[in-house]
Amino acid sequence: MSPTRDRVIAVSGLVKYYPITRGIVFQKKIGDVRAVDHVDFTVAQGETLAIVGESGCGKSTTGRLLLGLEPVTAGSIEILGQDITTMSQKELRAKRRDIQMILQDPYTSLNPRMTVASIIGEPFEIHPEALAGRTKQEAVRDLMDRVGLNPEFVNRYPHQFSGGQRQRIGVARALALKPRIIVADEPVSALDVSVQAQVMNLLLDLRDDLGLSYVFISHDLAVVRQIADRIAVMYLGKIVETGPQDPVYSSPAHPYTAALISAAPIPDPELQASRERIELEGDVPSPADPPSGCRFRTRCWKAQQRCADEEPLLRDVGGGHLVACHFPLTPEEAASHVVPEVPSGHATDS
Amino acid sequence: MADHLLDVADLKVEFDTRDGVARAVNGVSFTLDEGETIAILGESGSGKSVTAQAIMGILDSPPARITGGSVRLRGREILGLPEKEYQQVRGSQIAMIFQDALSALNPVISVGDQIAEMFRVHRGMSRKAARSATIDVMKRVRIPGAEERYGSYPHQFSGGMRQRIMIAMMIALKPQVLIADEPTTALDVTVQAQIMDLLQELQAETRMGLILITHDLGVVADVAERISVMYAGRTMEQGPVAEIYHHTANPYTEGLLASIPKIDERETRLPAIKGLPPSLFAVPKGCAFHPRCPRVSDQCRSGAAPPLTEVAPDHASRCWFAEEVYGNVADA
Amino acid sequence: MSDIQLDVETSVRPDGPASRTLLGDAWYDLRRSWIFWISAALLVFVLVMVVFPGLLAPQESTSSLTGGCQLANSLAPPSSQFKLGADQQGCDVYALSIYGARPSVIVGVLAAVLTTIIGAGIGLIAGFFGGKVDSTISRIIDIFLGVPYILGAIVLLSAVDLPGIWGVVLALTLLSWPTAARLVRGKVIEAKGQDYTLAARSLGASNGRIMVRHILPNAIGPSIVVAVISLGLFIGAEATLSYLGLGIRPPDFSWGTMIADAQNAFFQAPWTLLVPAGFLTLTVLAFILLGEAVSEALDPKLRK
Ligand SMILES: Nc1ncnc2c1ncn2[C@@H]1O[C@H](COP(=O)(O)OP(=O)(O)OP(=O)(O)O)[C@@H](O)[C@H]1O
Ligand SMILES: Nc1ncnc2c1ncn2[C@@H]1O[C@H](COP(=O)(O)OP(=O)(O)OP(=O)(O)O)[C@@H](O)[C@H]1O
Ligand SMILES: [Mg+2]
Ligand SMILES: [Mg+2]
Repeated sequence: MSPTRDRVIAVSGLVKYYPITRGIVFQKKIGDVRAVDHVDFTVAQGETLAIVGESGCGKSTTGRLLLGLEPVTAGSIEILGQDITTMSQKELRAKRRDIQMILQDPYTSLNPRMTVASIIGEPFEIHPEALAGRTKQEAVRDLMDRVGLNPEFVNRYPHQFSGGQRQRIGVARALALKPRIIVADEPVSALDVSVQAQVMNLLLDLRDDLGLSYVFISHDLAVVRQIADRIAVMYLGKIVETGPQDPVYSSPAHPYTAALISAAPIPDPELQASRERIELEGDVPSPADPPSGCRFRTRCWKAQQRCADEEPLLRDVGGGHLVACHFPLTPEEAASHVVPEVPSGHATDS
Repeated sequence: MADHLLDVADLKVEFDTRDGVARAVNGVSFTLDEGETIAILGESGSGKSVTAQAIMGILDSPPARITGGSVRLRGREILGLPEKEYQQVRGSQIAMIFQDALSALNPVISVGDQIAEMFRVHRGMSRKAARSATIDVMKRVRIPGAEERYGSYPHQFSGGMRQRIMIAMMIALKPQVLIADEPTTALDVTVQAQIMDLLQELQAETRMGLILITHDLGVVADVAERISVMYAGRTMEQGPVAEIYHHTANPYTEGLLASIPKIDERETRLPAIKGLPPSLFAVPKGCAFHPRCPRVSDQCRSGAAPPLTEVAPDHASRCWFAEEVYGNVADA
Repeated sequence: MSDIQLDVETSVRPDGPASRTLLGDAWYDLRRSWIFWISAALLVFVLVMVVFPGLLAPQESTSSLTGGCQLANSLAPPSSQFKLGADQQGCDVYALSIYGARPSVIVGVLAAVLTTIIGAGIGLIAGFFGGKVDSTISRIIDIFLGVPYILGAIVLLSAVDLPGIWGVVLALTLLSWPTAARLVRGKVIEAKGQDYTLAARSLGASNGRIMVRHILPNAIGPSIVVAVISLGLFIGAEATLSYLGLGIRPPDFSWGTMIADAQNAFFQAPWTLLVPAGFLTLTVLAFILLGEAVSEALDPKLRK
């Protein structure tokens, strides 16, 4: 594991509950949506941590908490050694220069009434010191150039760009303050396949050139495979498995991870036909009323009484690969569900 | 030649818009046989949904105009049928599942009644008979507790369950052709797999022809028998699944296949297709793909679009270099 | 890096809309709308009446002090001297109508502007801060919306003695801001949930900045449209209040007072009523048509 000084993010015991209320005049709390429920992880300098999981498991909420956009219910979030959960609004605002965000939907994440120049220029209006002697125009042009947008388009409006170009505008805005960490919330999910690869490549280049650390949020395991160093799989607000990407993809130990990997389609008819797909029953339960014990047990084919009684904790199955399961899959069990044979030659470590 | 179940030939649809005429579908051809699944694959805006809507006869006109081609159902031309006759075709012979089940279902009518409506209108069943037929079909799409959930409303179901309801409604009348327009795009992967399995199973039972519209090359790999790849309103390539994946004869398909991230391999950079899909108001002259194509030549830039040419039995590609591309990749 | 650079050239959208803005789009639609052109023509005429009434009629014809009105001409029918007839005082109804436009239109414009500013401000605060602030404001809005409009104005104007157009403007604004506030509040809540607001917050933008740069521009549109439409209604309301003797009082006059004065003479001299009423109707219509055309142009969903 990385030594402490290299850690740019250290999250521990992170909890976020959203109250569910009834009534209009006298609001009464009747429960909680447990969006994030005791989550721990770290991210090292230059590293990419991917948070994966199905809709509603708390990925975006985790991302928003990392930026201090919402108060936490409990837990701490250290960004470059400082706990942001106890910061004042003013301190937090200054902290935004270190950590920035790219949002999923290129159609709603840009203000339709602002030109590209004012969208990418806004960070500099808020933090004029980030200009470092340049004029705003120069800085905006540099950024547009950097993300592969024609700087001549500065005066255009977002609706005059395609999805991929809009996402580049969002990337430029996030880069403006020269952050060291970028939280990317499904940055390519809304893009066309052919354009998705362009934006992925841009993110990869930026990481290498600028030494950025990413928290890459996605539901698409194939996309994550291309960029992540480490993976955290979330289910109903909890991390159920985490570790370096190779062991997680090649021998998932949590049944849910195995199911996710086996359900991810492979664009190859023979390979796909040869896989043993795990078919999970039913849907994800409501985060307002999660099952007792292991939250995945209601859909798990290995569930036993113990899973209902006792909540499994994350434990190491070797090499920083942690899993929260009473009955983790053995590598042999996992092998039939994942990709038939992982071409190990292709895996590149960065 | 025996009639195909569905035969779409050179279909053309235009939209009149303020910025001019958008040629949304500009030469789409494919055939579908009984019990067969064909996947129509293409990126956003390539004209997949418009094609489906044209076949269903549900395009609003204006602004839409069908300007050419034919759609034959068991040899009978249905394009341009009077609305009354088309209504007979819809639902009972061709049915369609939409991407967003929530907005396709009526929020204020119970799901049971919505399905029963199909039986009552098309089959003239009594209230009671329709109810029991509905419960049967709900069971077939594996809605747990079908009897109890008959009276539930769409918003009381999860996304996956709503899509099942939608499917139940569409297979209720045992259509011969089922069009599924991105039936799983809005769903989680684990639920996606459930729905795809369900569709396959139902198809095996009923021998209906299935048209699966998607932008995701991965989803169709083991579901479809044949694939039709669309780009800018045109069919670019068409053929059996294995052929398309392993011996593509079209540079666009080639680029698309290369650019999808694969869960089983990690690449340092994804081979992206450069540029963007064209606007429909300015579809490039010649071959629509030429500005982005690595193999572009003068022939591609000018003159007419290349025709769909056969490179192998039942495998056609719209490219001047189809033979060459086909040969090059044949060693895979 | 190389292929990113490459994309620069090809990523230019090749299609038509070279440099379109939202307002540009709206203008494009407006220019093609005959409703817009009719209302625009009418409004130009209204503007001239308000700013340069002298161009249309001599001011002397509206007052007995200057000798413009002579009782001898009382209720004279339309003739070459009085194009649209004379009223009881023997004043030229046409000239009176021209000069009566100013107070009517000023009341309408002022009330509409104030209603929009106050309503937008309060709606913005309620929608943006939410929680207790919002529920308190929303209850106040509900209470105001329960007050019958004209009745409320009558009570108000009888209670506070503020004659002339100021009292009318005050009363109309006080009774109308809640509608605008409610409209803006809804739009603010919508815009607040949008990702661009989240993006601005994640850049460290202050609440003030988010409200002014990001939320208000995206939330104000519909209430401006409503303001344009209600402008016409305010002019009508001023007429009603003046008719009831609560608005503008002699020697000042407006379309409202003219209509009020005409009631006794209507059967003898219908023009005394029909002429100012006609001016009023056309002006209100012009604003309503403008509101209609603008709202259609601003709403992309209504575009063809
Ligand atoms: N502001 C909020 N108020 C109440 N509940 C919320 C709020 N934001 C999120 N939630 C709930 O918290 C849970 C986690 O939501 P979150 O957006 O983090 O999921 P996600 O993993 O990002 O899902 P998706 O893949 O759909 O984006 C969901 O059940 C959601 O309904
Ligand atoms: N009513 C309409 N008026 C004008 N143009 C339309 C209309 N409906 C569709 N189009 C255009 O036709 C083209 C094809 O649309 P279509 O919905 O078939 O795309 P698609 O392939 O289904 O894409 P997606 O994957 O995004 O669903 C698009 O460029 C679209 O803008
Ligand atoms: Mg999310
Ligand atoms: Mg579509």
